[in-house]
Amino acid sequence: MALGILGVKIGMTRIFNEAGAPVPVTVIQAGPCPVVQQKQPEKEGYLALQIGFGKIRRPIKSIVGHFKKSGLEQAYRFLREFLVDASELQKFPVGSQVKVDIFAAGEKVSVSGVSIGKGFQGVVKRHGFAGGPATHGSMQHRAPGSIGGSNPDRVPKGRRMGGRMGGKRITIHNLEVVRVDMERNLLLLKGAVPGAEEGLLEIKKRHKVSP
Amino acid sequence: MNLIMEIEKEFKKEIPAVKPGDEVALHLKVVEAGKERTQIFKGTVIAMRGSGTGATMTVRKVSYGEGVERIVPLCSPILKKIEILKTGKSRRAKLYHLREGELRSAR
Repeated sequence: MALGILGVKIGMTRIFNEAGAPVPVTVIQAGPCPVVQQKQPEKEGYLALQIGFGKIRRPIKSIVGHFKKSGLEQAYRFLREFLVDASELQKFPVGSQVKVDIFAAGEKVSVSGVSIGKGFQGVVKRHGFAGGPATHGSMQHRAPGSIGGSNPDRVPKGRRMGGRMGGKRITIHNLEVVRVDMERNLLLLKGAVPGAEEGLLEIKKRHKVSP
Repeated sequence: MNLIMEIEKEFKKEIPAVKPGDEVALHLKVVEAGKERTQIFKGTVIAMRGSGTGATMTVRKVSYGEGVERIVPLCSPILKKIEILKTGKSRRAKLYHLREGELRSAR
């Protein structure tokens, strides 16, 4: 249950805090995201806000219709839902906008995005295997080693091997909000976030932890 | 990329054209026991690297026979002022050989 916003990664830079110490930051352009639909327990069975983001090049009529129903002139490229509680649902009626001011500097957030695709990678890069010796007649450089024995005489399920790496949805928790720029709709988060520049990101308020 | 530059702009300041080989005096802000004062670090610029707010400068001096190097971020608010004491005429960008020169003369 946490309110969130959609944005795109602009890139990384470093800024300095009051003490003069450098802080690595990711710049995210987020929102304003119009509320397109409210999911109600009576109808959908749960509480959520559906928000839109991003320019759409060639909107399909069925999609335009969905936005029209919410009284929005324009269609958006992305639609995402955020589970919220009743008070948050009330604060954002259909047609209102979710902006970066839902966050404050110093707050911790979670960020989800699709990581950069690495293609088919071996076991050393993909799973951090050590590999074999490089020299001294070794012929096992980046090979995985034994993948199973004569008992049970098959490879166990879930054995880590080479394969497609990256291009998966990754969530990073507890990133600190360094700055909120209302004028330019920017969020500056400390550290790196998943995905390539211009990639879609979901930025969520931290889950409320019970004390 | 434009937005990144806009954010970096507020940290940019006037930096004199310093080159590796120059002798400089860095005016650095030091906070000690809650009080603020300026510390001056005099030495030779042996390397400049990076761009934007990430640019740094390595300044080397020999203090009581011991080589001391300071890497200073050029956009850092700690760096108050750079004074150029002497311009050098280095032909290379990184003067790391100065470190070895000091070792040799010490022997």
